[in-house]
Amino acid sequence: MFASILQTLPQVLIDGLALGAIYAVVALGYTMVYGILELINFAHGEIFMTGAFAGTSVLLLFQSMGWLGSLPAWFSYVLIIFIAMMVTGALGVGIERVAYRPLRKAPKLISLISAFGVSFVLQDLVRFIAELKTGNYIISVPQLFDGRFTLGFSSMTAMFGNATVKTNTIFIFIVAIVLMIGLDIFVNRTKWGGAMRAVAQDRETASLMSINVNKVILLTFFIGSALGGSTGVLFAQQYGTIDPYIGFILGLKAFTAAVLGGIGNIRGAMFGGVVIGVLEMFASANLGIMTGGNFGAEYKDVFAFAILIVVLIFKPEGLFGRAVKEKV
Amino acid sequence: MKGRWNGIVAAVLAVGLLAGCGNGGSTTTTGASSGGSSGSAGGKVIKIATQSPLSGGSSIQGEAIRLGAQMSMEDHKEDFSKLGYSLELVPYDDQGDPKKGVANAEQIGADQAVLGVIGHLNSGVSIPSSVVYEKYNIPMISPASTATEFTDRKLKVANRVVARDDFQGPAAAEYAVKTVGAKKIFVIQDKTAYGQGLAEAFRDKAQELGATIAGYEGITVGEKDFNGVLNIAATQNPDFIFFGGLYAEGGLIIKQARDKGITAPIMGGDALDSSGLVEIAGADVKGSLYSSVAGEIAKMEGGTDWAARYQKEFSKVPEGYSAYAYDSMTIMLDAIKKTLDSSGGEMPSRETVRDAVRATKDFKGIATEVSFDDKGDNSFAKVYIYEFAGDTYPGKLVSEVSQ
Repeated sequence: MFASILQTLPQVLIDGLALGAIYAVVALGYTMVYGILELINFAHGEIFMTGAFAGTSVLLLFQSMGWLGSLPAWFSYVLIIFIAMMVTGALGVGIERVAYRPLRKAPKLISLISAFGVSFVLQDLVRFIAELKTGNYIISVPQLFDGRFTLGFSSMTAMFGNATVKTNTIFIFIVAIVLMIGLDIFVNRTKWGGAMRAVAQDRETASLMSINVNKVILLTFFIGSALGGSTGVLFAQQYGTIDPYIGFILGLKAFTAAVLGGIGNIRGAMFGGVVIGVLEMFASANLGIMTGGNFGAEYKDVFAFAILIVVLIFKPEGLFGRAVKEKV
Repeated sequence: MKGRWNGIVAAVLAVGLLAGCGNGGSTTTTGASSGGSSGSAGGKVIKIATQSPLSGGSSIQGEAIRLGAQMSMEDHKEDFSKLGYSLELVPYDDQGDPKKGVANAEQIGADQAVLGVIGHLNSGVSIPSSVVYEKYNIPMISPASTATEFTDRKLKVANRVVARDDFQGPAAAEYAVKTVGAKKIFVIQDKTAYGQGLAEAFRDKAQELGATIAGYEGITVGEKDFNGVLNIAATQNPDFIFFGGLYAEGGLIIKQARDKGITAPIMGGDALDSSGLVEIAGADVKGSLYSSVAGEIAKMEGGTDWAARYQKEFSKVPEGYSAYAYDSMTIMLDAIKKTLDSSGGEMPSRETVRDAVRATKDFKGIATEVSFDDKGDNSFAKVYIYEFAGDTYPGKLVSEVSQ
């Protein structure tokens, strides 16, 4: 049993890290909005999905214009990520303005329902547009990096098998790390980041200190949504097809990652994302082996969520969160 | 201010509701009138309904069923007008939705002139709707539904011309083991009634034929990342992979398997019989196989002429199920004609038509021969195996399996 688990371990780790990097960047959006508004933006998964569609439609446009071959692949990649970030960033700001700001003084439950409403509207809107344009809402994505190569783990020790890596996976790692480090520096080192942290701590006091709270909240939504949108492009390139419903379950898992890391904590969200991604991949590759075939790969989500529940029972504030002290 | 807003919202909703109702109403009426071109031939009208998805994701296949049935009806109009009857086609849109199918079935039952139904496409709709037809004794012939449960309940009204899932799976297994020479097979299924049923039937037959099953794993519909399952497959190093499920997942599995360096051929059932599979898997689709219950009409005896006629009449290329719908309608009309002959030209009752349909033996159609057994299954139904030679749809027909 352990021999075969070890055999696949390198491959499982690489696939899990790729998925985990995607979860991590999406989780940042949840955690930022929650940190500032104590609102769970359940439309965030759909923002991720819209980013995937925005990037892909630009790519399809390029393809129909015949520009795809003439541009270097990495340039098109960066360009569609940038366009998707702008589109979803603006979308996030619009959602905040229309669906959350009017409800900011209402009970928390109302904004939660509003968030669900937005997510269904986005799903059906994207589905409608996709069906109008292509006649089918499952879109296959042209791949910019098609290469793959093998890492020779077996030459290190016979216990490990070789792992195959797509060039695109490397790109995901690079983009995710750049985005995460960039965000960390922005929040901790810049003036606007300081304003965000101040608003997160105490909205009223921050506004007394001449911080424009509304602008800070809009900025938070813009950055969080742009990050989500860029990950949508990474996802579309990695897995090759997208449909309007990819955001829901992925958003749920990213939210879980944010909770696992301690919601409101940016580094915690990154860590939680990677943990959930690797766990999920490990479970889907090994559950069958570990349970003697009684539970197959289809139970991977149960496994990941069960671990989440266990963590939360023993450390309810999440792995990196601080227990909330009662305000006096 | 608030009051005015409420008023506007209410008005918008009301208009929307009216528009929605109006739409629904008008589609049914236009559908009904386009089918019945004339009632001039005689005073007495015989109606046959079709039920298939005319809107939504499977509308291409659903439309093919309606057009196939319509073509056969037009070919028989003259025969019936000699007997003093005019034929009328009543197309219904079941939207691939069981609730809609059952609601339509109630309407069909209430119309006394309807003597038979051609449909449905989806087994999930055929099964609940057939219960309603049984209540009204209206015979149905499905040109496409393959689930075993459809005829296993031994309803008097439920018939089909295509093969059952528990024949398709073993037929695929036989091809995999005997022709491809698979010895170590890895099976993946999507946990749906269709995918699991097909995968189990495949697995059992493959084992019976002496192949080993290296793994039997499940995936979830709607997921995009199947690396976990494929990692298990990669360690087992199988020489053949079978997938029971739909093309959206099948395409990704083919692609991600090739990304992992798994070179074993991948095979699936009739749900992979779609141009969508090629679009998703791209060039990686080469060498993949699928079984289907529909043969290629253009390659059958007399099929080329038929396909040309279909294309001329509807300006569309026939889809896989067009010819099966044509045959279903012909069987239905033949049965009605027989009852007319024996009743001396009196309008036949639904019960006699029902029994006459079930009694169909050795009927030779365009796409298939048909003899219904006591359950309503066609004993001449075949399964066809296709292989993708490149990234073009459909694949190349490589084998035909008879029962």
